[in-house]
Amino acid sequence: MRFALLIIAFLLAALPAAAQTVVADLSQSRVSITASFAGSHILVFGAVKHTEESRPKSYPVLDPIDVIVTVSGPLEPVTVRKKDRRAGIWINAEALQIDAAPTLYKIASSQPLEEILSDSEDLRHSISIPLAVRSAGAAGEVEDADSFVEALIRIREDTGDYEVIPNSVRVIDQTLFRSDINLPANLVEGDYTTRIFLTRDGQVVADFTRVLHVRKVGIERWVYNLAQDQALLYGLLSLAIAIAAGWGASAAFRYARGS
Amino acid sequence: MQIYLPIAEVSVNAFMLLGLGGMVGILSGMFGVGGGFLMTPLLMFIGIPPAVAVATEANQIVASSFSGVLAHLRKKTVDIRMGIVLQIGGLIGAGLGVILFNFLKSLGQVDLLITLSYVFFLGIVGTLMFIESLGAIRRARNPEMAPPPKRRQRSWVQTLPFKMRFRTSGLYISVIPPVLVGVFVGILAAIMGVGGGFIMVPAMIYILGMPTKVVVGTSLFQIILVTGFTTLLHATTNHTVDMALAVLLLVGGVIGAQIGTQIGTRLKAEQLRVLLAGMVLLVCGKLASDLLLQPAELYSLGVSGGH
Repeated sequence: MRFALLIIAFLLAALPAAAQTVVADLSQSRVSITASFAGSHILVFGAVKHTEESRPKSYPVLDPIDVIVTVSGPLEPVTVRKKDRRAGIWINAEALQIDAAPTLYKIASSQPLEEILSDSEDLRHSISIPLAVRSAGAAGEVEDADSFVEALIRIREDTGDYEVIPNSVRVIDQTLFRSDINLPANLVEGDYTTRIFLTRDGQVVADFTRVLHVRKVGIERWVYNLAQDQALLYGLLSLAIAIAAGWGASAAFRYARGS
Repeated sequence: MQIYLPIAEVSVNAFMLLGLGGMVGILSGMFGVGGGFLMTPLLMFIGIPPAVAVATEANQIVASSFSGVLAHLRKKTVDIRMGIVLQIGGLIGAGLGVILFNFLKSLGQVDLLITLSYVFFLGIVGTLMFIESLGAIRRARNPEMAPPPKRRQRSWVQTLPFKMRFRTSGLYISVIPPVLVGVFVGILAAIMGVGGGFIMVPAMIYILGMPTKVVVGTSLFQIILVTGFTTLLHATTNHTVDMALAVLLLVGGVIGAQIGTQIGTRLKAEQLRVLLAGMVLLVCGKLASDLLLQPAELYSLGVSGGH
């Protein structure tokens, strides 16, 4: 009982220092994928609101505020396969199904992540890349599930889909912050969750979430809908284009040779 | 110029796709192969998801084969009657192949079986063709060394019933061997997901004894139906045909096919066969080395639910 009271007292004491809020926005709330789409970038910006209590007179020097911005693509299941040598040839031996992995995951921060975020806070908010990949319940299928998850992260880091960019959030005067985040050309349609965390002394003191809508528009939208809703018509149209192009090239070549 | 593909959901360089289509189109016009066994791995290499690459490639082959067939029709080097007989066999084979494919899938390891059958058939076909056509070239250079023309392989074919006259090929043979060739190629095409031209072409030359010039056009003729059917199946069941990707590939492909046909008619039959054999062996070697050498990355990612 006394221990519980102690915790409450401790929490109350800690409360004033945590009394910051964050106000933020994205430069755009939707990204339109057109036929000539070749990647995009979003500007994440905002301000830290310090309430009166957050600048207590008795603690004139507080640890500085740091900012972490994460952008996560839609979550999709992925199968990770491992090759093994059987009877002299390399074949896919084991496979692990990962329940939900973001198609894209970027972390921008004002300092290297490990300096401004404690492990327990990371665990609570699922910020770093390994925590963004959900592989719960997968352990039973293969002997060494962790190495499969590591492989997924390694492959996606090599392709640039997963990325940690330290020192890419600029914090001005402990109040204003901004970060430019590049979105690659192979962007998948869906809702991208953008999260902003304020940290102080390794603790998350405030956070903020915005959703970025990525949608196909124009001819991209039309072709995609046709392929999904009118599959037979779409297939026949594809064949008609192929036949017409084949005939067109043949006729053009005959004409060019003047026969 | 970058273009975003609506189904594949990646952005790629349009000129690179035109170039790829053109290159494979030239091969298609020259040799009568669809080129799927070359194009599909190339598309995957530039980042197109495998399911989209396989389905869209089928659509592109329809275009380049059609373009090639028209060029061959004008030169009267398509045996339409033989093509139809092969297609009848091919459709039966494709049906059997789908059943066999699903059976193998239930056993697991279907990918390995596909690769192994590729290596096996490409290796045998390529080696036999290479040796035979090199011999033919050598004989052509020293006419005194030439043995009397062989008619041996026709002998057992001649004894079969249901004979039919194939005027364009200059053959009067039973329909049983062409139907069987069609069934066999149809099975392989369904399992391996290709038009089957690289097996059909040697089979027509060596088993049916058709003249090489007629073989290319006839092979393209029967590929159109097979790949057209495959395109429709993929479009309606998996929704993986990417129209934008197909258009870019086929614009390059149809032009390439016309050029390829021109090159093909200028080469001697033996030279054509040596080149095709070399290409088949090259692909075979690449697949075999993938199986035998340790890959740099042991792990690979796949979309869940795929085969």
